[in-house]
Formats: sequence, C-alpha cells, structure tokens
Amino acid sequence: MLDHPAPKGFLSRYVFSLDHKVIGIQYIVGAIVMGLVAAYLALLIRTQLAWSGAIQQPEDYLAIVTMHGTLMVFFVVSPLLSGLGNYLIPLHIGARDMAYPLLNMLSFWIYVLASVIMLASFLMPGGAAAGGWTAYPPLSGSESFLPGSGWGQTLWILGMALFITSFTMGGLNFLTTILNMRTKGMTLFRMPLTVWGFLVATVLALLAFPPLTAAALMLLFDRHGGTSFFMVDAVINDQLIAMGDGTPLLFQHLFWFLGHPEVYVIVLPCICLLFEVLAAFTRRPAFGYRPSIYALLCVGLLSMIVWGHHMFVTGMNPWVGKYFSIATVIITAPFAVIGVNLVASVWRARLRLATPMLFALATISAIGFGGVGGLFLGTMTSDIYFHDTYFVVGHFHLMIGTVTMLSIMAAIYFWFPKMFGKMMSEKLGKLHFWLTAPSMMAVFILMHMQGLGGMVRRTYDTSVYTYNEGANSSLTTPITILAMIAVGAQAIFLWNFFYSAFKGQPSGRNPWEASTLEWEAPSPPPHGNFGDELPIVHRGPYEYSPEGVDQDVLPQAAPDPDVASTDTEIPE
Amino acid sequence: MSWQKLMMWWFIVTDALLFAGFLASYGFTRAGSSNWPDASEVFSIPLITAMTFVLITSSAFMACAVAAAKAGDRDKLMRYLLLTLGGGATFLLMQAIEWAMAIGHGVRPWAMPDGGDHAFGAYFFLVTGFHGMHVVIGLIVLVVTLLNAINKRGSANGVEVAGLYWHFVDLVWVFIFGCYYLL
Repeated sequence: MLDHPAPKGFLSRYVFSLDHKVIGIQYIVGAIVMGLVAAYLALLIRTQLAWSGAIQQPEDYLAIVTMHGTLMVFFVVSPLLSGLGNYLIPLHIGARDMAYPLLNMLSFWIYVLASVIMLASFLMPGGAAAGGWTAYPPLSGSESFLPGSGWGQTLWILGMALFITSFTMGGLNFLTTILNMRTKGMTLFRMPLTVWGFLVATVLALLAFPPLTAAALMLLFDRHGGTSFFMVDAVINDQLIAMGDGTPLLFQHLFWFLGHPEVYVIVLPCICLLFEVLAAFTRRPAFGYRPSIYALLCVGLLSMIVWGHHMFVTGMNPWVGKYFSIATVIITAPFAVIGVNLVASVWRARLRLATPMLFALATISAIGFGGVGGLFLGTMTSDIYFHDTYFVVGHFHLMIGTVTMLSIMAAIYFWFPKMFGKMMSEKLGKLHFWLTAPSMMAVFILMHMQGLGGMVRRTYDTSVYTYNEGANSSLTTPITILAMIAVGAQAIFLWNFFYSAFKGQPSGRNPWEASTLEWEAPSPPPHGNFGDELPIVHRGPYEYSPEGVDQDVLPQAAPDPDVASTDTEIPE
Repeated sequence: MSWQKLMMWWFIVTDALLFAGFLASYGFTRAGSSNWPDASEVFSIPLITAMTFVLITSSAFMACAVAAAKAGDRDKLMRYLLLTLGGGATFLLMQAIEWAMAIGHGVRPWAMPDGGDHAFGAYFFLVTGFHGMHVVIGLIVLVVTLLNAINKRGSANGVEVAGLYWHFVDLVWVFIFGCYYLL
C-alpha cells in the first residue's frame, strides 16, 4: 500500500496534500487562475492594436506582451499539463501514487511561489518585464534600454528560475513513476499513448530546461554582478552606453535550446491524449499505435537539434542556418506519421460527437493548419521575410496556443467525470466549443493573412508605419472582436467546471465506456486509487470492437474473454 | 533499480546539462575571443592538480563507503564517509586559496589584468563557484548520510544514491579542469 496514510484534516487533504489526484487538480485550478490573467493581458494587447493610440504607452504595451507570453507558456499551459499528468499518470499505469509524493507537493507549491513572484513583476518601479518572453539581452539587461528591464526583469528571472525548479521536480517524478511504478502486465508497449506523450515530453523537459537556467543565471550576473556575458555597448539617443563586450547571440542559442523543445514538451502530450479521446468516441483502436510511438520518439530526438530555426535573422552563420533549416524540415516526416494516424483514427468511423470529441476533432484541424505554416518558417529563405511579421504570431499561437488549449479542453471534458464523479453539462460544453474553437482558429489564421501581407509584429501601434497599410490591416479589428468572443466564451467553461464539480449529474465509474485503467477505479478514485488489489493488465490500451468477441470493448484490466467463458462453464 | 536511484540518475542528467550549458557558453565565448589569457599564467597549475587529486581520492573513499554499506559494516561505512567528507572539505579550502590567488592577480568577474578578455574572469568565478556550491551541497548530503549511519537509520540504497551524487560532482570537476586549465 501507500507510504503516506489517508489524510485527516482539511489542510492535509486539500492544501498540503501528498495525493497525486489533489495535486493534479490544484495544478489545474492554479493554471486556470493564471490563465485568466494571461487572457486579460491578451485582450489588452488586442484592444491596443485595434483602437490604437487610445490606451497604452509603448513601454506598457511591451510589458503586457512579455507577460502574456511568459504566463501562457510557462504558467498556464505547462502547469495545466503538469496537472493532467499528475492526475492521469498513476491512474493510467495502475500505481497508487507518484514515486515521491513529498517532492510532488513541493513542486506544486514552488509553482505557486513562482507565480506570485512573476505577477509581482507588475508592481515594480518601471513596471513588469518588457524584453519579450524570450528576454533577449541586451534589451532585457538594463533599465537604460527599457524601464521594465529594471526590477521587473529581475523578478521575471527569479520567477522563471523557481518555475524551472518546480517543473524539474515534477518531471523527475513523472519519469520515475512511469518507468518504475507500472502495475503487473503494464509493459511499455501496453501504455496508453497519453502516458507515452508525457514520458517523451518529460525527458525533453529534463534535457532542455537546464541550459535556460544557465542562461538565466548568467543574465542575472550581467544585470547585478558586473559581468558581461551577453551585454554589449549600445548607442541610445546618440549616447554611448558602456555595457561590456559580451555576445548576445549566445543567449539566443541557450534560450532556444530550451525554447524549441519546450514547444514539444507542451504539444506532444496534447497530441497524444487525442488518440485516447478519439478511440473512446469512435469505438475503434487508435490507428497505428506502435508507429505513433516510434514517430513520437523521432520527433522528440529531432526537436533537440533544430533550435536554430528561431534564429535565422540573428546574423548566425548562414551555413549553420542551412543545417537548421534541413533538420527542421526533416521533422515533418515523423510528424506527418502522427498526423496521418490521427486522421486515420477517425476515417470512416461512426463518431459519437460528445464535447470532448468535438474539441479533439478541432485540435486535429489546428495541427494541420499550424503544421503547414511551420514549413514556411522552418525554411530559411521564406522565414527571413516572415520572421518579423504576424505570420509567426499566428503560427505559434496555432500550435502552442490553439492546439494545446483545445486539446486540454478535450482532456478536461473527458476526464472531469473521473476527477469529480460528476458529468459536465453537455449543452454548455457544446456551446463553449462552438464559441471557442472557430473563433480561436479564425483569429490565428487571419494573423497568417496579415503576416503574408507583411504586417510587422512587436509594434504597439501598427498604424504609424505606412507600409502596414497594405498588409491586410483591415483585419485587425475583426481579429480583436473574434479574440474577445474566444476569451469571453471561457466564462461558460468556468461556470460549467465549477458548477458541475459540485452539482453535476453523477457520472458513475466509466461514463464513456473507455478501456484504460483509470476507468477501473471508482469516480473520484479513493486514497490509493484502486482499493485493495491493483488491477492486472492483460492487453494493449485500445481494444475497442475486438474481432471475434461479442463485446464492444475489452478493457485493459478485464481477463481474457475465452478464459472467462471457460470459467463460467465449469459449474455446469 | 529503486526509484530513488533512478530519480538521482535523471537528476544527474539534468544537472550535467546545466554544467554543459555553462561550459558550452564558455567554449562559444572563448572561440570568438582574440585576447584570451593564458590560464597557466594566472593560476597555479600544481595547486589545481592537487585539488583534482584530492577530489578524485574522495570519490574512491565514497566507493569504499558504498561497498561497506552494502556489506552492512557500519564502522567501516562511518570511517569512509568521514574520509570522503575530509576530502571534500579540503577541496573547498584549496578552492578558497585559489580564488584568493586569482583575486590577488587582479582577476575579477568584470575585469582582467593586462588587457585580457573580461569573460575569462566571469566564467572562472561562475563555473568554479557553481561547482563549489555543488560540493557544499554534497558535503551536506554526506553529513546527513553519516548522521543516519551513526543513528543506525538509513539504508545501503541511500548511501549509494548519495554516492552517485558525489561521484557526479567529482566528474564535473574533471571536465572543468580539462576545459579551463588544460585546454
């Protein structure tokens, strides 16, 4: 059984809990809170762009953009996945808890601390960090360049360092749990694809985050220790500001060595969990289980060696750029395997169009569109034109904004009954879907159009540059209105989430008639998840409509049907 | 493999990448520098070599401690842990002397004597300081392990996990030694 006993008081049950399920939900709720802040910032950006000049000072705009990006990537999407992973991994592999529950709890509370410090950045003199979510020096190195690069930037660095600590702790737990705590019969190639997604993503995160920590430390020393690892002399308003003779390019290498794998850290689990939702709502096995895993491993490996495609315009040696360009285009091949498997999973299937399925289907189209845009950015020649336009903004928001958000929504609607033992309202869920998915996709596809026209990004008032006038600038206001609809629709989700958690219809153990282990446990699962006996796994994860058996689904934990029938025959 | 050991291995992998980040940055900067100082003129190579010897010897003591823990020989375990601790502490002391000597030479994180590249001093203090911090953490881990042994708590597995960390800290030093002082 478990090392830690069942909690008794309120504090140990809901606040400083060691239970992976509670920590998972804590992460999700924490990320929702940060998500509201980040979404509010997004609306501020869009309002400024649509009705320019009316609202913000340029330096405020830059701070808002910076904090929106940082919060969304590191404090919303990443912890949402930490939450889902925490909740799902032990249940999926038949474990009673994470390998090291204390570390798990610390990981969550350090995330809370990191969030508080990151938000406190707004309260600093000079305002929040404003050097972009990438924090490129020299811009992020000194107040002389930008007011936000004063204490706001220092808190940003500290907040990031704490976040990385928290994410590393969580990652160590994910990895050891998946590798060491699987129940009897749960071989690696019987694990649900969701768990595979988390496994590969975790390895990537553990490999990619440390160099960013190194870069953050060095930046901190540049700002407060008198060194000049990255800082260079600069001329501002005809005045020479002596900063040293470092190399800013080095920071970009270190940042993107993390930055690119980080994209996959948050996208891969999101894509993998789609297979599980699709299988349950098509009543067919996910198409190409093993090829998907091999493709996943290839994508993971390649994602570590393509970071330079974010740096084509930095003045990096063009031959290095050529290499990164080729490597980036190669990654399309394994990714196409995954994409084809997703489409083949729904090909000519009879779909049950419940809310999770709707979100899953919309995610597939977002992957398709985002993936095609990626080709243009991975190729050096076209990227040089696109790099500073809204094409890039549209592209990465489709991949790490829309794909992740829609997929996480699919996951929350799908596993909510397991988490709370209640169903979310289908009616509100569908309304939420039809308001969210089309508007979100439209926002970012229209941004591609603006980018094709040459609309430059990172400017707080696009109308001051005459060359933006021809760049589909009439789309700016419609994009803002669509973004408002997409954000506003989340109110429906919030109501549905919190109302259903308390007052929803009881869901029973397995409302979607799904096959994986978590549905063997009661909803919500008790302390220790599975009662006295851990389930034993007899087969792969997606045995829907099995051949030669008169059964809709063979759950992983069900004994072989033949054995069962001979058992029943014995008494006769 | 126990989950503790697995977790420590993966922690070592991430931590190694942190050092790799520092050392790669160092290489990147040094390769582009035209006035990189000659390390042998700034540092006393015999002292560095002695430091390296002391640290690697402590690793050997640690290996003996792990073997003693597995054999269940508590006296031997405590003796070897003490020797390891002594090695680590001596290393730190020698590092302090080395820093004092470098500072005496005029090496600073923001300046170098004789028009050398500033980055030399910056990376020197960054990398050796960060490694020194790891040694301090390692010493704390060793003290806890020793206290466990004295109080008849802890397990051979725990000693082994602590040993993994200690060997890692020593191995990193070999890389720093190679990159910074020999190349």
